[in-house]
Amino acid sequence: MNPLPDAAQTALEQFSQAAGWEQRARLLLEWGQRLAPLSDAERCTANQVQGCSSQVWLVADGPAGASQWRADSDARLLRGLLAVLLARINTLPVSELAQLDIADWFNQLGLQRQLTPSRSNGLHAVLQHILKHA
Amino acid sequence: MSLISPWRADFPGILSLHDEGQTYLDSAATAQKPQAVLDALRDYYSRGAANVHRAQHLPAQRATQAFEGVREQLAGWLNAADSREIIFTRSCTEAINLLAYSLDIPWQAGDEIVISALEHHANLLPWQQLAQRQQLSLRILPLSAAGEIDLQQAAALIGPRCRLLAVSQLSNVLGRWNPLPALLELARAQGALTLVDGAQGCVHQRPDLAALGCDFYVFSAHKLYSADGVGVLYARQQAARLLRPWQFGGEMLSHTDYQQASFLPPPLGLEAGTPPIAGVIALGAALRYLDGLDAQAVARHEAALHHALLDGLRQRPALRLLGTPQCALASFVVDGVHGSDLAHLLAEQGIAIRHGHHCAQPLLHSLGLPGACRVSLGLYNDGEDLARLFSALDNALALLQ
Ligand SMILES: Cc1ncc(COP(=O)(O)O)c(C=O)c1O
Repeated sequence: MNPLPDAAQTALEQFSQAAGWEQRARLLLEWGQRLAPLSDAERCTANQVQGCSSQVWLVADGPAGASQWRADSDARLLRGLLAVLLARINTLPVSELAQLDIADWFNQLGLQRQLTPSRSNGLHAVLQHILKHA
Repeated sequence: MSLISPWRADFPGILSLHDEGQTYLDSAATAQKPQAVLDALRDYYSRGAANVHRAQHLPAQRATQAFEGVREQLAGWLNAADSREIIFTRSCTEAINLLAYSLDIPWQAGDEIVISALEHHANLLPWQQLAQRQQLSLRILPLSAAGEIDLQQAAALIGPRCRLLAVSQLSNVLGRWNPLPALLELARAQGALTLVDGAQGCVHQRPDLAALGCDFYVFSAHKLYSADGVGVLYARQQAARLLRPWQFGGEMLSHTDYQQASFLPPPLGLEAGTPPIAGVIALGAALRYLDGLDAQAVARHEAALHHALLDGLRQRPALRLLGTPQCALASFVVDGVHGSDLAHLLAEQGIAIRHGHHCAQPLLHSLGLPGACRVSLGLYNDGEDLARLFSALDNALALLQ
């Protein structure tokens, strides 16, 4: 197996040391804050992911064959979740993305509950979108 | 004042969620069930299930008797004139769709259906779609600033072309009782039919349909402490004559050959196929359970709990309540904090409340809100549930503000 991307390695170290929901929440807020925001023009309906109770926008860019996404949301914790997701998948070759066990990734971070297919949280819809457009 | 619910121990689901560290404050979405309901379900299945209205054997007789017994029981509980006025459906939503499809009145293009601005999607979309099919006009009763249906504007909007008024009894977002007597009077004066959506209302005040005088009343059993999969449609006898079969299949017919059929009158003519037998029997047990409680004590407890909820929410200046709730629930937003962030952190702390549009998108939109957090109460909630909610809210806001 390929080594984790650097950003993912950092996320793993930080989240696996977090004791309890409060520290996890603080980390998510920090990761969310560091996620580069999309421009106003990019926060458009065409880039919006349907099926989330918060607004989420996804933009694919980067070289062909690699999975490279930028994302934004109006909800701060969801921005954090997007940040740790992108930390794991960005720069992966598309062939590897399809093999990746994302649930396991969130599991390792102690964030598995955020991946439920309910509409209350957009993460599941975001993943579907990325896998469909990879 | 200590707020203890003497009925909490009757609800295994509440106790079990509590043991798991979960505080359940989402009863407006669905309620937990008392042991009596669980027993009724288990007894029905473990003593031997059978289909109703068909076979001659003992299990079928027993099931049919129990099933029809609940129809009688419901007629009594609702203070209906006759058990034939009770029609079983699969949900409140299905009951309203039944009406929208089976109400056989000579609609003329331009006839009006009137609903209020605070209706649940279940009491909006069936009428919106019927209006589109029949070129009717859907009129919306606006709200006052307090979140109440504005009676003055209602008087102007419920006009001579109004054929149906469909309003809810208690709002699932604002927690206010709608002024039904005045509204129904306005509709009757125009010769319009009336439907009351009692999905939330029937849980917090036993309906008296003789006094209310509506033509149709609907609710779901699962919010009334019973099993899901059962809805109830009450149709006053004169109004029931306007209902034509809408789903076709077993049990609802008197005779058919390959080309033609004749159908049973309501209620059976509107209950095609095998009904939710176990759920209906469980509803009977839920009603017996509720009947066995001291209604005044329940009302006092719910009022005290709701009062304490509003008090606690108002003590937190960051929160902004939606309207002025009277009963059962309260919705709020925090300016500058995304509701989904708040709901996320409450969930992390084991607080089960809901954030979203609560199936009332147009209402939230008109309030200029993408969503709101809603706390809703059942008779099993207690002061400690509220204390846990408030402390979790404070923790969450400390992180988010
Ligand atoms: C006011 C109101 N009407 C109708 C419904 C629909 O009930 P069900 O989903 O059980 O059919 C609900 C449920 O949330 C409600 O609150």
